[in-house]
Amino acid sequence: MIRFTLNDKAAEVEAESDTPLLWVLRDILQLTGTKFGCGMAQCGACTVHLDGQAIRSCVMPISAIEGKSVKTIEGLKPDSNHPVQQAWIEHNVPQCGYCQSGQIMSAVALLEQNPDPDDEAIDNFMQGNICRCGTYPRIKAAIKTAAKSLNTTSNNKFNYELATNVGENV
Amino acid sequence: MKTPTDLKNVSRRDFLKYTGVASTGLVLGMAVPTQTVWAATESKSNELNLFVSIEQDSTVNIVCHRSEMGQGIRTGIPQIVAEELCADWSKVNVVQGLANAAYGSQNTDGSRSIRNFYTAMRQMGASARTMLESAGAKFWKVSVDKVYAENGFVVNKTTNQKLSFGYLAELASKIPAPNLDKLTFKKPENFNIIGKPVPIVDLPKMVNGTTEFGQDVLVEGMVYASIERSPVIGAKVKSVYKDDALKVKGVIDIVVMPEQSFPVVFKPLNGVAVIATNTWAALKGRKALKVEWDLGENKKHDSEQYLAELSNSIVTKGKVVRKVGDAYQALEQAKHKISGTYTVPYLVHAPMEPPAATAVVNDDGCEIWACTQAPQGAQQTVAGVLGLKPEQVKVNITLLGGGFGRKSKHDFSAEAAILAKHTAKPVKVIWSREDDIKSGYYHSISVQHYEAGLTDSKSVSAWIQRTAFPSIIWTFNDQVNEPSDMELGLGFGDMPFTIDNLLCEKHQAPAHLRIGWLRSVCNIQHGFALGSFVDEVAIKSGKSTQQMWLELLGEDKKLDVKTQGFDYKNYDMPIEDYPIDIARLKNVLNLVVEKANVNQATLENEAWGISVHRSFLSYVAVATKVSVIDGQVKVLEMVNVIDAGRIINPDRVKSQMEGAMIFGLSIALMGQIDVKNGTVVQSNYHDYPILRMHQSPEIQSFIVESDELAAGVGEPGVPPVAASLCNAIFKASGKRIRDLPINKHFRV
Repeated sequence: MIRFTLNDKAAEVEAESDTPLLWVLRDILQLTGTKFGCGMAQCGACTVHLDGQAIRSCVMPISAIEGKSVKTIEGLKPDSNHPVQQAWIEHNVPQCGYCQSGQIMSAVALLEQNPDPDDEAIDNFMQGNICRCGTYPRIKAAIKTAAKSLNTTSNNKFNYELATNVGENV
Repeated sequence: MKTPTDLKNVSRRDFLKYTGVASTGLVLGMAVPTQTVWAATESKSNELNLFVSIEQDSTVNIVCHRSEMGQGIRTGIPQIVAEELCADWSKVNVVQGLANAAYGSQNTDGSRSIRNFYTAMRQMGASARTMLESAGAKFWKVSVDKVYAENGFVVNKTTNQKLSFGYLAELASKIPAPNLDKLTFKKPENFNIIGKPVPIVDLPKMVNGTTEFGQDVLVEGMVYASIERSPVIGAKVKSVYKDDALKVKGVIDIVVMPEQSFPVVFKPLNGVAVIATNTWAALKGRKALKVEWDLGENKKHDSEQYLAELSNSIVTKGKVVRKVGDAYQALEQAKHKISGTYTVPYLVHAPMEPPAATAVVNDDGCEIWACTQAPQGAQQTVAGVLGLKPEQVKVNITLLGGGFGRKSKHDFSAEAAILAKHTAKPVKVIWSREDDIKSGYYHSISVQHYEAGLTDSKSVSAWIQRTAFPSIIWTFNDQVNEPSDMELGLGFGDMPFTIDNLLCEKHQAPAHLRIGWLRSVCNIQHGFALGSFVDEVAIKSGKSTQQMWLELLGEDKKLDVKTQGFDYKNYDMPIEDYPIDIARLKNVLNLVVEKANVNQATLENEAWGISVHRSFLSYVAVATKVSVIDGQVKVLEMVNVIDAGRIINPDRVKSQMEGAMIFGLSIALMGQIDVKNGTVVQSNYHDYPILRMHQSPEIQSFIVESDELAAGVGEPGVPPVAASLCNAIFKASGKRIRDLPINKHFRV
């Protein structure tokens, strides 16, 4: 039995210790928002947060999760009210949508580390997330919009929430 | 074009049958036996057609019968219906239609959803609106010309009273459907949903992870399957060592798939399935499996050697496809000669979501959930492998995590059905990325050879072009060993030039892999070769690429290639409705030069390249700016212009064009599938790379405003990309690339 925190709630699962977190989420916990794209940390479709850091859940064995905190797209803001989700809506980013859970989780992690990333910082952080439909220009624009919104939101509603999240995860 | 003449009301039960949705409200169903919607493939039926129902709370359910794979069709089709219905867009609920011939073709490929259904969808909306208006008139006891529909209400012109669609729906549903010839349509200048950048309907769910793709389907009691498939096409299972696999915790069963024969069609590949209680156990079990294969003839296939052989034969005379004058003689007499041979390797789709299907089989039939581009095809294929009638197979269409042509093939749906029958449990077949890359329906490996003769004054007097590639038709008929007219009509036999001595020829090229269609299909290689060669001829003639195109295109006209001997299919549309319009081609070319400011001086090591191509009845020009420094190509900017006739959703057209630029860059810069000993060498994104964000340029997309008939959008952006890029690289570096991908020559 492996115990961890999932989207701010206690979770426990019975799974072979080498099972990647991705398949625990998808098959056992039935949280299918986290996607399978490559199985070898090449595409980023399976990106989730582990203790606040973006990781590829397809190569993270469940045994390494014990006692840690996992956040998936379902735990971000179910009402889609996170500034990054809102920016994605504003820019009409997705085409097929399949990679977007991973893109959004990466973008949120980027902005938590670097609230005002320039093009190079966005490229560097986001290049682990493939989008076959080619939504990169809009993802980049949305990240900039989200950054602006996070930095200018009158005081601190979003900053406060982010700080809370980070605090909980650490 | 024939138009439908009859409308019928349909019942709530019919709505349930076609959509799987039990409407709680009142079904205002439109039933239309129509010729228009049957024009495309698959359906010979003249049954009911049904797209609209209205709930008491004024929710308007609109059926989308086409598959959503990122092109925005679940928004585009309802936009058309809602416009003519005068619906309130905020009340529209999109319902995915099940596989059913009653809808007409559901085969979502060929960039044809809008052009094939624009008229029919307007009729659906207009007839529902007419019935609501009649209901309003009846309610107020006034004549129907005294009322009108607007934004979800019927308004009484005299009193300005309003009744909601929801309030009127029951009354409306009892009114006979109007004759089609009695319908009135909105004038385009009054459109307020068509032509507007409506956000996609699935957007809110896409950003919180609650959409359902094929890989996401969960069915009570379901087990998971991963299949070890033949490494060579035609290979047969000789023996299976199961013991180690069966020891893996969670593995339930090992199943040898039924052996298949040529032609490959959409049959599952020969293979061995591992069935387990979860995906990971199935994947681990599969690794522990030992399968011995009888590889068969195709084990000799080597793509590098094959390309060399095609490159040798392509410089010799081939079989005539299209002919004007005597090109051989004219070439002989030409003052200057120029030639080039262009190659494109095998390519694969690699959609972000690998194929997946889930099936349940019981005494009544089969129910399947699949990310399929062609639900009726899936229905027929599944019925075939299970020995059922198509109507015994219910196909639910999930969202598709990308398609690009891969998900038009039904092998994965058939696999799920076979295994569900075998295990008597619901089975989800999961394709891994390795399965997707190694067991695809590949875009053909190809060789193109071009020769031109120039006069003293550097005008083109002779033009010979040849092509050779294994045909998609081989997938369905293994006796075929040369390109078909359908494929030659994708940028080769329909090439738009007027030259006194012109010859198009083809060569044989037998197939050794499953060949399929990939976004823009043979336009990929033909657009690359033609756009590159025009640039080469321009340079030889001392002209700009734009000048050269304009000269070769000649005066504005509607080009008729049939009179030159080529049996042109024109994407299955009448040439009178969708001519090869040279003026439109020139227009997008001139616009892209202007918008990108191509002729302005650039920095050293930087340059613009351009190309233009007509495909899927649309006209697209692309300008690409690169830098080439120390062996590194960087794509800096891309500008594109599309003329696709009438546009339904400009934002989705732009997003498709952005995507097409990036798809085209992936192909041109890095796309390569190699085959050794009959087996695909690449396996995942590390060795079949897809463009990443740091490689993605700034993109500007422009749409030509047009009242012409709606044409394709999903695919036509791709073909000009490779040529515009290679032309830019030549100008920046002096290196002409004729063999894709570019990363054989430069770091990218």
